[in-house]
Amino acid sequence: MTNERKPQILVTGAAGALAQQVINRLRDNYQLVAVDFREQVYLGDDIPSYCIDFNKRVFEDLFRRFQFEGIIHLGRIMSSQETRMRRYNANVLGSQKLLNLAHKYGIRRVIVLSTYHVYGASAYNPALIDEQAPLKGVGLSMDLVDSIELENLANIYLWRYPDLNITVLRPCNIVGPGVRNSISTLLASRRAPVLAGFSPMMQFIHIDDMADAIVLAYRNTVRGVFNVAPDDWIAYQHALQLSGCTRVPIPSIPPVLPRTIARLLKMKSFPSYLMSFFKYPVVIDGRTFRDTFGFKPKRPLKEIFRYYRENKHPV
Amino acid sequence: MSLRSFIKEKVVPQSLEDQINRIRKPLGSLGYDPWGYNNDSLKIGFSLARQIYEKYFRVVADGVENVPDEGPVLLIANHSGQLPIDGLLIGVAVASRPKNPRLPRAMIERFFPTVPYLGNMLNQIGAVLGDPVNCAKMLANNEAIIVFPEGIRGSGKLYSDRYQLKRFGNGFMRLAMQYNATIVPVGVVGCEETIPAVANIRPLAKALGLPYVPLAVPFVFPAKVYLKFGKPMHFDNADIPEEKVTERVEVVKAEINELINQGLSERKRLF
Repeated sequence: MTNERKPQILVTGAAGALAQQVINRLRDNYQLVAVDFREQVYLGDDIPSYCIDFNKRVFEDLFRRFQFEGIIHLGRIMSSQETRMRRYNANVLGSQKLLNLAHKYGIRRVIVLSTYHVYGASAYNPALIDEQAPLKGVGLSMDLVDSIELENLANIYLWRYPDLNITVLRPCNIVGPGVRNSISTLLASRRAPVLAGFSPMMQFIHIDDMADAIVLAYRNTVRGVFNVAPDDWIAYQHALQLSGCTRVPIPSIPPVLPRTIARLLKMKSFPSYLMSFFKYPVVIDGRTFRDTFGFKPKRPLKEIFRYYRENKHPV
Repeated sequence: MSLRSFIKEKVVPQSLEDQINRIRKPLGSLGYDPWGYNNDSLKIGFSLARQIYEKYFRVVADGVENVPDEGPVLLIANHSGQLPIDGLLIGVAVASRPKNPRLPRAMIERFFPTVPYLGNMLNQIGAVLGDPVNCAKMLANNEAIIVFPEGIRGSGKLYSDRYQLKRFGNGFMRLAMQYNATIVPVGVVGCEETIPAVANIRPLAKALGLPYVPLAVPFVFPAKVYLKFGKPMHFDNADIPEEKVTERVEVVKAEINELINQGLSERKRLF
């Protein structure tokens, strides 16, 4: 087998739809090793797949067994999954373990997937937020704290160990087939809650485009933090309409009312701590990534919403 | 399909539709821009606003051709009349000029985005949260932007202070210099008489979290409005201290004062 000569990459979060798209794009030219703390996934005979908690000592054995050239860290638990404590352990402490091992074993390229949630949704947000804007996510909700901590950590390692060549990607809403995050669940449902009188501008990126972006970033070694978003925008309620969702308005003022309702509804896709994201826009500026890496998303918004319109599952 | 397209069909005449379509704005594939502007909503808003402009305030706009056809522009005007009617009228004047119409954006108070329905509505017709980052990015996008450097000091003015310019902020000058934007001074005459206020009820404003609550007749008077667009002004991007910037702001302010005086002397009666 020529596998021995191919460069080796560790891909985390392998059970997710995005990781599988990334793996499909890289499997011909790289030898991939997949890990996920949730479950062991079968990705074909040529890709070893493990179910490992990064905080366990056996995780290091992977680094002893393979000579990784790079790591694509997509294994961030989203806020809708798990408890706060477990999320913190996995996202922050787990990532730290991963970055320490990366340094110890001389890894030369690291991609970390973050989220636009780190900017926080506030009434005073300007549109087209730059990468250097302050991260206000913490001020809004303790549930988003781990995503900011993860970024903070990645940034410390970015400067302390430049040889790791860390690139942090902050994508807008990732949507499309197989995506299980909260916004994708909402678009796929028949009825979706909205805050009465609020329809913030949103950005969506197709999962295939996002996978392209990650592969592009991996192949072009430019360190730093980058927003990833197409130059296209739509209001939340309009996006729901185009996806064939019936909008269910929830009273929006005073702010405590929608939060309480969301808490009572206990909808995974409409959690109370994301309430401000359904109220105020967080429009990020993806132009630096576009220009630095030559990124061009190929799937237009219309195509994304058509997919959701045609693939409704009963709630 | 939606309520919006239904209303649009009812109220927007074809000529206006063509007028708006002639104005090209950098929009996404679904007709939105990053600040929430939407072409269809604008057409509805514009057809209503033009009625108000022509029939209610019977606006006389003078020198609207002074607004450059393209490139970044800051329309700097005096603010008055409690509600941002002046911004609306300036916007309609520039958007309905026969030659090379433009759709100027207005910077709005930070309080608006928190108001349900209204905040979204304002965004959709082109109003944008008054944040320096927004202003900078829009100038980089070659937009024309309406700015009231007096801010709430101007709009919350009492009737006894009418046509006296309050302190101008320096932010607009810094941005104009940085982005090589043309400044067009605008004198607004008539809006002071639309909602004459005799006092500001401060405790109530504080309790409601509003910038001011005027003590006034709850009625918008149909005062005749005169808009005086001055000659375009350019300022280089020299590295100068704040006091020099203030001097430049004073030049613009003096120009606006002059335009207001012209408008006042042309005005024969209030209504």
